Amino acid sequence: MKPATFTYHRPADLEEAVKLLDEYGSEGKIIAGGQSFIPILNMRMSEPGCLIDINQIEELKSVRLEDDVIKIGALTTQRELERHELIKKHIPLLAEGVPFIGHVQTRNRGTVGGSVAHADPSAELPLCFLALDAEIVIDSIDGKRTTSINDFFITYLTTELMPEEILTEIHVPLNQPNGYAFEEFSRRHGDFALVAAACLLSVDDDGIIENARIVLGGVEAVPLLAEEAMEYLEGKSLTENVLEQAVELAVVDADPDSDLHASKEYRLHLTKVMARKALLKAYDRGLRKEG
Amino acid sequence: MSNLSVQDKVKISFSINGREIEGEAEPRKLLSDFIREDLGLTGTHVGCEHGVCGSCTVLYNGKAVRSCLMFAAQADGSEIQTVEGLAVNGQEHPLQTSFTECHGLQCGFCTPGILMSSVEMLNSGEEPTTQEIKEMLSGHLCRCTGYKGIIEAIEKVCKPNACKEGEN
Repeated sequence: MKPATFTYHRPADLEEAVKLLDEYGSEGKIIAGGQSFIPILNMRMSEPGCLIDINQIEELKSVRLEDDVIKIGALTTQRELERHELIKKHIPLLAEGVPFIGHVQTRNRGTVGGSVAHADPSAELPLCFLALDAEIVIDSIDGKRTTSINDFFITYLTTELMPEEILTEIHVPLNQPNGYAFEEFSRRHGDFALVAAACLLSVDDDGIIENARIVLGGVEAVPLLAEEAMEYLEGKSLTENVLEQAVELAVVDADPDSDLHASKEYRLHLTKVMARKALLKAYDRGLRKEG
Repeated sequence: MSNLSVQDKVKISFSINGREIEGEAEPRKLLSDFIREDLGLTGTHVGCEHGVCGSCTVLYNGKAVRSCLMFAAQADGSEIQTVEGLAVNGQEHPLQTSFTECHGLQCGFCTPGILMSSVEMLNSGEEPTTQEIKEMLSGHLCRCTGYKGIIEAIEKVCKPNACKEGEN
């Protein structure tokens, strides 16, 4: 298999990369880990005129803690993220979700920024970062800007990134809810999720939920923030009745497509099952102050 | 590097199995094809060519990666190891011996890839759990042996103490 021809650039730093992006516009396409993009090229589903390979840009490879924010460089590999001490300690939701991405061999190469910019609605990282209310840092020849992940995803494989822009960092605030859970159902380990759920719950000493973030994947063209369920849960204890109601509310905005892997009805059923599991686990951890 | 026309080849140099090589390739040439066609190292097998089967796994700077999901140009300046680099002076790598002893292969098509992932695991210095070995193997498709012999072969080398206990 061979991709169509393209010109190839390997900028040494960010400054050179944004110049190339500006020069090539929509003809230029960034390649990072390539674990989703190269199959697309190999099967000629995309034929960009120019590839801009950002793998040499050292300034994009870091995970650091600054001003109560974990700053994750776009070129951090998924494997590095999974094993990073700062992530294990401060953002256990990511440590739990990342092992569901592909396999060790693809996580060794696949990057955090690439996964978010690719914006597959069933991918794990977009789900987790939306649950974590992350900020996205974007660079271009005109300078740097930040945007909330809440507005970042537009539709399938489409984000608010313009052709001349590059995602450079993801910022996750430290003060996350104490309860977390990531649940996923796929046909085989490493497949894209049929349905996935990421959940964060702040639970106080009396078992009352102060704040909830629930994100569902595989049910819409973008990762879906289950806002009705989140509002409903605030101020409540997670009794069986509350759980049932929250699960029903979580899927009110879900409108999954049927495809050869699963019908719409089956996906909706799975969504409820995953949301239920995630809520229970997050609540239990929140009560035990595990997060 | 600026203003290359599409036909231009890029110069590539990297170390493969401890040997420095120089070559050139079209930017679109996959690392797997470069290793097989240009370097003649056909131990790296090509199965699905889109990252699913794991046959083409090589070590890139010590990490197991799919060589069909990298361009040869991206390997510039790196250290690559393939299955041909495992035996030293005609002496099999312990994992190779173990795969033979535990019947960890039948047709052998998937074996070079599995060996490279196993070498990464062994070189990490952390003793894996059986579950971690299975998760690592989820990135490799074997269609004839089944995974039992493969898991045993890896356990025998990567967690020798556990295996001895099991035998007693």
